[in-house]
Amino acid sequence: MGSIDAIEISLDNLLQEVSGKHRQGYRFVTMTCTDVGDGYDILYHFDKDYELFNLRLYLKKGEELPSISSIFFAALLAENEIKDLFGIPVKDLAIDYGGRFLLTEDAPAAPMGKGCSKSIDIRLQGAPEEEGK
Amino acid sequence: MPGSKSIIPFGPQHPVFPEPLQLRLVMEDEKVVEALPAIGYVHRGIEKLAEKKEYTQNIFLVERICGICSFMHALAYCQGIEELMAVTVPDRARYLRVIWSELHRLHSHLLWLGLLADSFGFESLFMQSWRSREAIMDIMEATAGGRVIISTCIIGGTRRDISDELLAGVLKTVDDLERELEIIRPVVFDDYSVKQRLVGVGRITQEQAHDLGAVGPVARACGIAMDFRTTGYSAYKEIKVSPVTETGGDAYARALVRVREMYQSIDIVRQAVRDIPAGDIAAPAKGNPEGEVISRVEQPRGEVVYYIKGDGTKHLERLRVRTPTFANMAPLLAMLPGCELANVPVIVLSIDPCISCTER
Repeated sequence: MGSIDAIEISLDNLLQEVSGKHRQGYRFVTMTCTDVGDGYDILYHFDKDYELFNLRLYLKKGEELPSISSIFFAALLAENEIKDLFGIPVKDLAIDYGGRFLLTEDAPAAPMGKGCSKSIDIRLQGAPEEEGK
Repeated sequence: MPGSKSIIPFGPQHPVFPEPLQLRLVMEDEKVVEALPAIGYVHRGIEKLAEKKEYTQNIFLVERICGICSFMHALAYCQGIEELMAVTVPDRARYLRVIWSELHRLHSHLLWLGLLADSFGFESLFMQSWRSREAIMDIMEATAGGRVIISTCIIGGTRRDISDELLAGVLKTVDDLERELEIIRPVVFDDYSVKQRLVGVGRITQEQAHDLGAVGPVARACGIAMDFRTTGYSAYKEIKVSPVTETGGDAYARALVRVREMYQSIDIVRQAVRDIPAGDIAAPAKGNPEGEVISRVEQPRGEVVYYIKGDGTKHLERLRVRTPTFANMAPLLAMLPGCELANVPVIVLSIDPCISCTER
């Protein structure tokens, strides 16, 4: 199983590693979050001269994610998105949308999380709804 | 009262916005002091849906992230899956992908030019741009069967070929467009009223653009020579491409970059049609994707990033899409403070925003 090159980091050295990328002249590209059951696999993607540099952080469920928006301002949008879609608390955001960046008040909580009770109902148009749903 | 601040909710419905976007503008008289974007009006949960669909079905799904750059969404996705499954795309298909990509770039830039012209009341430029765009849509329909979402990209190559007769039609279309651009170009470059509305408006420095993660024409208008076509995906490694840059960093520089890029796209289409080899248009792809990969493509608005994670089944574990407008939102927030309220639509349109892309 192939995987992308990524340096494993922890909450202890996250801000230090990200600051290092900023000092080295990297551009912030985006963040990717995946719910892996008991925690989250969070990737920070940076670019310099078309080469991607990735940092990989494992975050346990219930833990708070420190924002990197004080270092890379652009990260605040990706962090607010992760906060909305995965329900991860993010602290020290440069602009905090309070979980309403993409989602409305009546949206399901953490829809990208594995524990989201709201499933996507894929049916052919006009097909009857299954009983019990 | 002089010096007092007020907040204007600009959008989500506004005559110049083609898609719903709200900017909460903190104003001091007519000047913008601060801007905060509010989005979420067209969030469709596409990344979640991609986990429910089979990986082959996702091609049609990602094309619907955005109609205007739909082919390049499919391309970025297919390239990622092909890398995971070690599929080698036939040479002819790589060239076909370039031709359809550049036709999409042309119609996207012409669409944008019309919208920008409309934002400052230049209706005849708006109509001329969209009239020219129609010819691109027509040749897209002739070669692919669809005008906007063409669904020709598949895992392993392309679904359709373009015959020699139709390739000649593609050449004629770009020749005609080039003649029309010769009329449009001096208007954008030299017209007094266009320059009055664009020069010095929404300016950011090269340092700001880099620091805020700008991509595409927004970055190139600040002198950043970054264009992912130069990395050589598809047939771009055989075709001469160099980033089109300007140094002004304002709305005018962004307009110049896109107009010059239309000439560049015409040149790329000509090279691709001239050099396209004969042969197969698709290679078989067997099995299911396993592992993770990042695929990047230069869309009309800049770099799109696809993160794909497969677990060996027909369903993906994760599909993450970072679109260029998402990256250009932070630079937009730096462009607005200090501008007049009347310039807000021009500045927003100058980044060529795609909100459907941004929200997915």
